[in-house]
Amino acid sequence: MANLELRGVKKAYGAVEVIKGVDLKIQHGEFCVFVGPSGCGKSTLLRMISGLEGITDGSILIDETLVNGVPAAERGLAMVFQSYALYPHMTVRQNLSFGLENLNTPKAEIAEKIQDVSRMLQIDQLLQRRPKDLSGGQRQRVAIGRAVVREPRIFLFDEPLSNLDAELRVDMRGEIARLHKRLGNTMIYVTHDQVEAMTMADKIAVLRDGLVEQFGTPLELYNAPDNIFVAGFIGSPKMNFLKGTVRKESEAALVLETGDIIALPGDKRQTPEGMAVTLGVRPNGLQIASGADVRGVHVDVKSVERLGGESYIYTTMPNGDAVTVHCPGQTAIEPGSSITLAIDSSQVHLFSSETGRAL
Amino acid sequence: MARVAEFLTRTRGRDRLHWTDWFTYGYLFSGVLLMFGPVLWLTLSSFKSDAELERFPPRFLPYAQEMVELEGHDKPLPVFTVTAGELAGTRVAQIRRIGLVAQVVRLDDPGKVIKIGIKDRQPVERVALATENYSDLFARFNFMRFLWNSTFITVMATLIMLLVNSMAAFALSKYEFRGRTTVMALVIGVLMVPQTVVLVPLFLVTRELGMLDSLWGVIIPGAATPTGVFLLRQYMLTIPDEILDAARMDKASEWKIYWRIVLPLSAPALAVLAILAIMWRWNDFLWPLIALSRPETFTLQLALNAFQGEMDTNWSNLLAMTVLTLLPIALVFAFLQKYIATGIASTGGK
Repeated sequence: MANLELRGVKKAYGAVEVIKGVDLKIQHGEFCVFVGPSGCGKSTLLRMISGLEGITDGSILIDETLVNGVPAAERGLAMVFQSYALYPHMTVRQNLSFGLENLNTPKAEIAEKIQDVSRMLQIDQLLQRRPKDLSGGQRQRVAIGRAVVREPRIFLFDEPLSNLDAELRVDMRGEIARLHKRLGNTMIYVTHDQVEAMTMADKIAVLRDGLVEQFGTPLELYNAPDNIFVAGFIGSPKMNFLKGTVRKESEAALVLETGDIIALPGDKRQTPEGMAVTLGVRPNGLQIASGADVRGVHVDVKSVERLGGESYIYTTMPNGDAVTVHCPGQTAIEPGSSITLAIDSSQVHLFSSETGRAL
Repeated sequence: MARVAEFLTRTRGRDRLHWTDWFTYGYLFSGVLLMFGPVLWLTLSSFKSDAELERFPPRFLPYAQEMVELEGHDKPLPVFTVTAGELAGTRVAQIRRIGLVAQVVRLDDPGKVIKIGIKDRQPVERVALATENYSDLFARFNFMRFLWNSTFITVMATLIMLLVNSMAAFALSKYEFRGRTTVMALVIGVLMVPQTVVLVPLFLVTRELGMLDSLWGVIIPGAATPTGVFLLRQYMLTIPDEILDAARMDKASEWKIYWRIVLPLSAPALAVLAILAIMWRWNDFLWPLIALSRPETFTLQLALNAFQGEMDTNWSNLLAMTVLTLLPIALVFAFLQKYIATGIASTGGK
């Protein structure tokens, strides 16, 4: 069992507050991803959990035990670093055994564990090599192996895949996910890549400026983002945001800055009249409307990406806001033309333009 | 071998030598002469007898006069060739010399004494090494004692220095603490204080600690050097902090991080410092001269100095000992010099 709980955790360097009070509860066996733009404090938060970084305020509890004052070595956690941080002067075997030796594990047991782990991660052929003789992916495996072999309560991953090329990254992503299923440990994973977060996580914490913007399952975050930031951060390509004001005449509608009028979906009709709102719609919530449709968004096509099975049309509205449209299949639309977009009202998100909160 | 020869004889001109070839080779040979000339002269001189050393003009190779043992004479006699008179061209042995007359005998007739003018004879000489210069060191002087003292001081001082300096460098490069910059500034500041300035206080401290006239009195005061701390710190700054963090997560104590992670990773810088320390310690003269006064505690450098008396200098033994003193350091340098280049190159950058 390894539940992790953060209560009002803060971190300040002098007068600069980088973590401004984080509350999180991570259950045993969950794969939790911290995601956010660079500089949001996600790596700092991870290092605070690991014990490598002290905390200024609040409390960290592992299995209901306060560990604020417990040094990193005693917390029973293992960490995989962005740069792998393998010991360059030791062979792979020594890299794996170093931690176990420090725990005074008997030699026979060390050998056995190393054998198991290295076979599981397919590094058993590399045990006599030094890190400089390994490829990026192999180093990554060794770094993971070094964490796994100690059987920690919680695994911490600090952007472990950011140094790998795209193909290897996808492979390792799957491998880490499989490892999690196999070991069943609690894992905390930091990344700035929302695709990694979406594909691997049980729970995602979206961080911005030292605060958790939203904490939930990947689909909760995708389907019901709490605010504009989360909505824009999760999902690729980004959600489109159309600014406008609510007007209630015969029915509740949204008047965009460009004058286009969009009907509000049934559950959003309570929005007060005259309120400035931002309508969010993902690229696949937009369709190209047949010419005569008045209720639509008029845009100019800037460029078209044809991927074969699907196409993305990059357009701008007359006020300069960009709108991306997803088309299944192939499209004949050329850059330079003007089109009208119809919005699938079931996929509409409404946010207050003032606070950014979801309505 | 062929490639070495090809490399060494490489020229700019195709068929004949370009003027730059002449210039370059001239320049390089003068460099070689400048660097190795004195050493070669020293080595050859160390094999010369006292008489040969005092000869003017000096000769390049060590010569010794041929001696011969003859019946009826207790001691070996020097051999001469007669240059004038009726015996011209024959070789004779000189029994004694009285004023301008030499009493000689023919080698095949040792009984009959002949008198010739000293101008009419030429000594018969051949190249010979006066190895007694060296054997004397072991027989008449306590050379092994001095060698042991020097070796002990050099090895112990180097080891202690590496340990102390690397620990200081580790703390100054990898720990954040109040006053770290001040300490570092002090260390660098001390770099600029010449040793002669602190000589007297250092002597007083050493005397108070009762370490005068003991080898530790030479070893301990030089244990921490600002150069060493600075060199190692600069190198350790290049070791990524993440490796240390990884070791902390691996439950390594701070001492273990230093001993198992930081020290092995600083090996190139440690090698450079070791070479420097060995050279400093081995060649150190001033401080041992002050700290050590009993001949049993003398280092080689002090023993060399002792050969030079107020009235008389024992040149033959002095030169032989100088050669022996140079040897170990030359060997150390020959084997470790590759680390100097790599070490300094990798400590300088970044």
